[in-house]
Amino acid sequence: MVHLAIFDYGAGNIFSLKNSLEKTGATVDVITNFDKPNIYSGLLLPGVGNFDPAIKSIRKSSKTDFNDYVKDTTPVLGICLGMEMFFEKSEEGNEKGLGVINGDVIILPSSMKVPHMGWNNLEIKKSGTILEGVNDSAWVYFVHSYSVKPTNNDVITAESDYGIKVPAVVEQGNFFGTQFHPEKSGKVGQIMIQNFLDVCKK
Amino acid sequence: MTLTKRIIPCLDVKNGRVVKGLHFESIKDAGDPVELAEKYSNEGADELVFLDITASDEQRKTIKDLVRKVATVIDIPFTVGGGVKSLEDARNILLNGADKVGINTGAIKNPQVITELMELFGRQCVVVAIDAKRNFDIQKDKNIFSENGKQFWFEVFIYGGKEATGIDVIEWAKKAEKLGAGEILLTSIDKDGTKDGYDILLNREIANSVSIPVIASGGCGKPDDMVDVFKKSNVDAALAASIFHYQTHGVNGVKMYLKDKQIPVRL
Repeated sequence: MVHLAIFDYGAGNIFSLKNSLEKTGATVDVITNFDKPNIYSGLLLPGVGNFDPAIKSIRKSSKTDFNDYVKDTTPVLGICLGMEMFFEKSEEGNEKGLGVINGDVIILPSSMKVPHMGWNNLEIKKSGTILEGVNDSAWVYFVHSYSVKPTNNDVITAESDYGIKVPAVVEQGNFFGTQFHPEKSGKVGQIMIQNFLDVCKK
Repeated sequence: MTLTKRIIPCLDVKNGRVVKGLHFESIKDAGDPVELAEKYSNEGADELVFLDITASDEQRKTIKDLVRKVATVIDIPFTVGGGVKSLEDARNILLNGADKVGINTGAIKNPQVITELMELFGRQCVVVAIDAKRNFDIQKDKNIFSENGKQFWFEVFIYGGKEATGIDVIEWAKKAEKLGAGEILLTSIDKDGTKDGYDILLNREIANSVSIPVIASGGCGKPDDMVDVFKKSNVDAALAASIFHYQTHGVNGVKMYLKDKQIPVRL
């Protein structure tokens, strides 16, 4: 049995994510700080809320630092905003990001409707843990107004076309991010959740 | 490929059952909401919308259980609306598993709630639902349109289409966007339940007035009505109820038809 934690910033629907992890056979705790010992095989940063309040809830509700909690060992899946927080800073707010992946978060181009909301194709750039068993052009559900811009493009394993090439999946060490919502992306999403769980089992 | 057009079955829920009416009235039973949600999700619906049209606040409390049950069985996004007045109402819906909350009368009565919701939950959660009706009594300060030789403007109605507000739909949609709406769910009262097609003019004008996604609603009776609204307006999604509930067309069948007509859809 895989034991996972979802960090709750207190700002929205984490029920669906919890439900989809449990369907895959995990036991899930919802945590609001990092002060208890890390007993989990994996951590999820969910994708609802705003950058500054979410970062503040991670930083200010705990005595323990995020980086000290997960180190380079606990697999972390950041979804949407959760993935954006991996980076150094965001145009959505003034707070510093978690800075575990180098790069910024920028607003989507104003030539397109924002938020980017709906089902879009994945363009797979290279193989990766999260994408195992996922076909090129698979449909996933996006809802976001900002997009990540990694300093090193090598961390991007899949993109999606929305006026610009939106990095859709990033992977670096024990950090995995999806700009879309796997828990809302039907069967394809469930495959990716299972892939993350498999990493956690190791 | 880029973003697809979304096909959204709508479930009007009254006292825990899915119902369907004509021009917002004369209600008919159409099934169990959780069963229908699962069925539509499996058939390839891109999203679902639940509108709670239960009469009293007391009975409406059951929506929380419904949201939870639906969230357990489906893995696509869904919106819940109906009777949402406050941040607390919205929170109750979102924390029980809905992805977005629809707000209609509550937003007209207290527009600030749109901003509060956006700040707390993010813009993507906030769907402002607008019920629009053509008003042929011409007033100078309104956006006037003409069709078939008649002049009119689009007026916002509240309380399930029962009460006129005197507010111009175009102005309200723009204001809602500015206040923090992430999406507009636009229902034509004139067309709702008629099955003779969406109000193309209404959908075109609103989609061109805002830069957030617009969901066309009201009047869909056949897949061609969806083709029509997607070809003739810049809406992002089409919502329908009866063509799905009464098995006239399965969701997948409708999407195959749309693809055939060169509408980008997820299959």
